[in-house]
Amino acid sequence: MAAPAANAPVWLGLTRVVLQRIASALLTLLLVSIVIFAAASLLPGDAAQEVLGQSATPEQVAALRHEMGLDQPAVTRYLDWLAALLGGDPGRSYIADMQVTELIGARLVNSLSLAGITALVSVALALTIGIVSAINRGSKLDRALNIVTLSLVALPEFLIATVFVLLFSVKLVWLPSIAMVSPEATWSEMLRSMALPVACLTFVVSAQMARLTRAAVADQLDRPYVEMARLKGVTFRRIILFHVLPNAAGPVLNAIALSLSYLMGGALIIETIFSFPGLASLMVNAVTSRDMPLLQACAMIFCAAYLALILIADIVAILANPRLRS
Amino acid sequence: MNGRLAARLAAMPLSGRIGFALVLFWLVVAVAGPLTAPHPVGKFVDEEVFSPASAQHWLGSDYLGRDVLSRLMWGARYTVLLALGAAALAVATGTSIALFAAIRGGLVDEVISRAMDTLISIPSKIFALVLVAAFGSSLALLMLIAAFTYIPGNYRIARALAVNLVGMDFVQVARARGEGAIHIAWREVLPNMIHPLLADMGLRFVFIVLLLSGLSFLGLGVQPPHADLGSLVRENISGLPQGASAILSPALAIATLTVGANLLIDALKGGGEA
Repeated sequence: MAAPAANAPVWLGLTRVVLQRIASALLTLLLVSIVIFAAASLLPGDAAQEVLGQSATPEQVAALRHEMGLDQPAVTRYLDWLAALLGGDPGRSYIADMQVTELIGARLVNSLSLAGITALVSVALALTIGIVSAINRGSKLDRALNIVTLSLVALPEFLIATVFVLLFSVKLVWLPSIAMVSPEATWSEMLRSMALPVACLTFVVSAQMARLTRAAVADQLDRPYVEMARLKGVTFRRIILFHVLPNAAGPVLNAIALSLSYLMGGALIIETIFSFPGLASLMVNAVTSRDMPLLQACAMIFCAAYLALILIADIVAILANPRLRS
Repeated sequence: MNGRLAARLAAMPLSGRIGFALVLFWLVVAVAGPLTAPHPVGKFVDEEVFSPASAQHWLGSDYLGRDVLSRLMWGARYTVLLALGAAALAVATGTSIALFAAIRGGLVDEVISRAMDTLISIPSKIFALVLVAAFGSSLALLMLIAAFTYIPGNYRIARALAVNLVGMDFVQVARARGEGAIHIAWREVLPNMIHPLLADMGLRFVFIVLLLSGLSFLGLGVQPPHADLGSLVRENISGLPQGASAILSPALAIATLTVGANLLIDALKGGGEA
């Protein structure tokens, strides 16, 4: 057992654990890239044949296969792809005849702003719901919120989106049902067109987040220190704000990071429904047109973002709980 | 078994009983629905499209003038049976691998767990999309893809349960008796983890219903002439402005199925404690 004076070793140990987690996440990302490449490259069909169509002569197909590097062994192709990916060049789209980076560039920014706004709104909403229902555990309000969030978790994203479109675009005519994001649009136009996608994604994400938050806060409320504080005569407000919330911060932040990873699955559907020019709808298009270089690049971006969120959750949990540090 | 089920149902909160009723309802519709469907599934029976509910067509007609109720019954069969098959397959495979890893232990366990950790770090919808792009989306493939996508999640839970049990005295005793790995897995470990496993299968079922109907809604899942509930929502999307029953009823069907299953699982786990 280290004495309290030995501050440096504690920090050293912490840095080591965090670095280990980062290394492990990077290793996972490498393994994920193998899975994605294998799944997308070992297709039954032949990409060169598909690009050229049925009328192509065997010589043309062979020439294109050579140009695309398809005549190389799979391991060589994987290493080439990985090296190019690390160098920031995920290749050329089969269909659009453009560099994949060009296709992704602007859309990545759009998707990130959609995710950012959604994260802000849903964190505020979910924390409020989670904390309120934890404080009022067992009450009618808590049970009602439990059923509502439980049901929302089970609803498909496209259902929430269709109901929202029906309500706000068709019946009330408040908001556009198609998200036009153009560089010339003013801020207010942008926000108006993003309102419905953000609202739908918020619904999808915050239900789970609120449930996890409630569980984390309720868990703290059961601890002996809360009872002790109560016996000392500390007001309930003070117990929640100064005793419970700081202690629940770790698990709650963990819950936030985990729930935000649901954003990616949700974005696939929501971006497509609202024709939002983001990365997720690009990926759905890539699946429809079987544009493998584009699909691989999109999948890798999503996996990297997902792993980053999990990693942040992991590190926050370590920072918040000294027992996980060793 | 029946008596115990009845007792558990009686002890459940109202939400759990509602969930049970909804799940049972959709199971019955999936099995018996197509037999009792009033019209052939692909037949044009109404001159008008998106007509409202009437005596001949209880749920109105769809975008081509087909009977919505009949299509809904068939759609429910695809959705429920595909998802049940995929969930059972995912749990059977994931748990078998988990038992193997937990009983073997050592390097085997480490390698398998690392591989599963890799698969679990790919978001399920992204993974399913890549697999659909690579292999296509026939009914059998969709079931395999959905199952494969959720094997790692089940593996993780089953392995955690199995590792705990393998360390217990009665398994050690069985090992000392000289029982083989299959006996230990099947007779000693599996019976003691069956309840949490069934709950997990229920959850996988909900996830898979959501995944498959999401894929179908994007046009990447069940392909015509087959149609599951997600495809029904997609093909009737042009009826949204008039709030046609053709789009609302399949959407409501998915919602009642998944919400019902979730309420039931939540009640079986012991209610609002989590």
